[in-house]
Amino acid sequence: MRMTGAQMVLAGLEAENVDVVFGLPGGAVLTLYDAIYQKGLRHILTRHEQGAAHAADGYARASGKTGVVIATSGPGATNLITGIATAYMDSIPIVAITGQVARPAIGTDAFQEADITGITMPITKHNYLVKDINELPRIIKEAFHIAGSGRKGPVLIDLPKDVQAEEGQFEYPQQVEIAGYKPTFTGHTGQIVRAAAAIKKAQRPLIYSGGGVISSSAHEELLELSRRASIPVTTTLTGLGSVPYDYELFLGMPGMHGTYAANHAINEADLLITIGARFDDRVTGKLDSFAPGATVIHIDIDPAEIGKNVTADIPIVGDVKYVLKELLKRFKPADTRAWCERVLAWKSSYPVSFKQEPGCLKPQPVIEEFYRLAGDDVIVTTDVGQHQMWAAHFCNLKSPRTFISSGGLGTMGFGFPAALGAQAAFPERTVVCIAGDGSFQMNSQELATAVYYKLPVKVAIINNQYLGMVRQWQKFFYEGRYSQTSLAGSPDFVRLAEAYGATGYRAVRPEEVTAVVQKALNTPGPVVIDFQVDPEENVLPMVAPNTSIIEMIGGEGF
Amino acid sequence: MKRILAILVEDRPGVLTRVSGLFSRRGYNIQNIAVGRTVEPGISRMTVTVEADFVTLEQIVKQLNKLVNVIKVSDLMEEPSVGRELMLVKVKAEPNKRSDIQQVVSAFRAKVIDVSPESMVMEVTGDEGKLNAFILMMQEFGIREIVSTGKVSLLRGSKVTRDIRT
Repeated sequence: MRMTGAQMVLAGLEAENVDVVFGLPGGAVLTLYDAIYQKGLRHILTRHEQGAAHAADGYARASGKTGVVIATSGPGATNLITGIATAYMDSIPIVAITGQVARPAIGTDAFQEADITGITMPITKHNYLVKDINELPRIIKEAFHIAGSGRKGPVLIDLPKDVQAEEGQFEYPQQVEIAGYKPTFTGHTGQIVRAAAAIKKAQRPLIYSGGGVISSSAHEELLELSRRASIPVTTTLTGLGSVPYDYELFLGMPGMHGTYAANHAINEADLLITIGARFDDRVTGKLDSFAPGATVIHIDIDPAEIGKNVTADIPIVGDVKYVLKELLKRFKPADTRAWCERVLAWKSSYPVSFKQEPGCLKPQPVIEEFYRLAGDDVIVTTDVGQHQMWAAHFCNLKSPRTFISSGGLGTMGFGFPAALGAQAAFPERTVVCIAGDGSFQMNSQELATAVYYKLPVKVAIINNQYLGMVRQWQKFFYEGRYSQTSLAGSPDFVRLAEAYGATGYRAVRPEEVTAVVQKALNTPGPVVIDFQVDPEENVLPMVAPNTSIIEMIGGEGF
Repeated sequence: MKRILAILVEDRPGVLTRVSGLFSRRGYNIQNIAVGRTVEPGISRMTVTVEADFVTLEQIVKQLNKLVNVIKVSDLMEEPSVGRELMLVKVKAEPNKRSDIQQVVSAFRAKVIDVSPESMVMEVTGDEGKLNAFILMMQEFGIREIVSTGKVSLLRGSKVTRDIRT
């Protein structure tokens, strides 16, 4: 069928079952937006391209589908960068479509020209500059295939303005054939057998799993392995939700702000079963003293993760779900009763806790209460900083894809637009954004988007009037010199919400929390709640960077 | 240790940038790179000399394999291989020095490819050791300029790079 490049994009999106895109038009995508106008496509117009990129990311994390974002050339495209990098670091499938100046103008420093394929090379799984209309159908097909397969990630298509207008033959390929892209899906059977043997022999085994479990929908297999083999589990920030919080052998999160039980279990384990996780420095602390006595099984779809930070004794490259299914057929449980008792004693003796002070609004119970009242089906997004860690500790997550947070890149400003994306994917579910007062101000303009599109996200601002995590590091490691971390001068968040036509509430005393949260949850439309919490509360436990993860500050509670 | 990688890539715009960008952003050190055609249309071959320990080398190979345009990465040091680099050297060559220069050129089986009243340009191929020795000899005449290709390598015998298991 003959059509223009712009029409091809829409036909490709349709073929990929894309039901919503996020974006913001501009000069170099006028033709594409004209096709959207004519054909009709659910498009959510954000107020900043960064918001659109994070929204596509939040959509993808909540739904498991590939998120799509559109921006114009030059500044439109460069405004996507933080969003693309965020998705890249957490292996989230998004396809970004950017306009580009017309082909003859490329390389001439034309108006709103930026070499976005060059700029995004290090932060995309792959990218394309479309120079030939005949290649466009294949490129769209490949982009979605690459984004959503193997180790998932962002793919960018840069589409010059004249290619959007040019006519060509559209035939959407059924198959993808890329010589240099063949992810290994099935794990090596010999290695899986070795892993099963290691499990049988282990006396102190531990599962350390990450976002890969959620990405490959392997949470059931993970739980089954843990149950049947009686192996405790710790999950990373991006893996949170893959194991229900009330599962007996779940130890919470490991690492810098990990639980006592998780960090000590890693330290004493004789077998570490690493599943879809990548030994990030925020998890391992000082590498030499991480899991010092453990044989390491490492299951990951990306061969480059294996041996990158920690040497794997039993490497298994493959899809986590496939490998776990095979492993479940083959393993025989060992007797881990003594070990589990020990680990569970740590878990019950040293839970993550906080000191309650009369009359003082502490951040942790705010989050706990918000999560409790929001109901079972809630999706939580967070920004980055102290509130993120408290959310990780105090949201009692029950299922995967309900905790959406920027892990690898640690992007402040992510949570609110990501919540809009999650809400767009699930209009009927409650979506809560736990934000910091610093983070929220990095993308608060999207309140307009929330109000206009009736995306009823509830934003809980944990307002401590600081860039709290930075302040905490200044307190612990820079002798309390609070350089540029006070956020004095921030707006009145209630009135800010109201200015956008959303609802704003405020709580300053502990006894107000429940009522305010209930009121917020019962208010239709987007709501911002300004929780003015103890400004100097710290996230504990904490492990200083590059030290052993059992050298915990506040690990044993108060 | 020094390793030589043969990288088969799709011949598309930006592939060299993708490969060299990966080396620089992950802190790997390229000593030498040569890019050229292969017997298969649409596929180019990069020969990259890197200085890396075993763990780093494994990471380099794995990261390269993640690039969508990279078809195959082979470590040519795993097997017996032959490698050559081509260098052009311009030296000062007053008429009274030319026969001295000519002697060195023959000893190295190099070639004189340009002569002017005050200079000569030589072409020499070989491995790194030979080229270094040639430079040393030419220094006494006064080197004006040097240019060299990166090293290119092939496996010895009938085996080809595609046959190497990775």
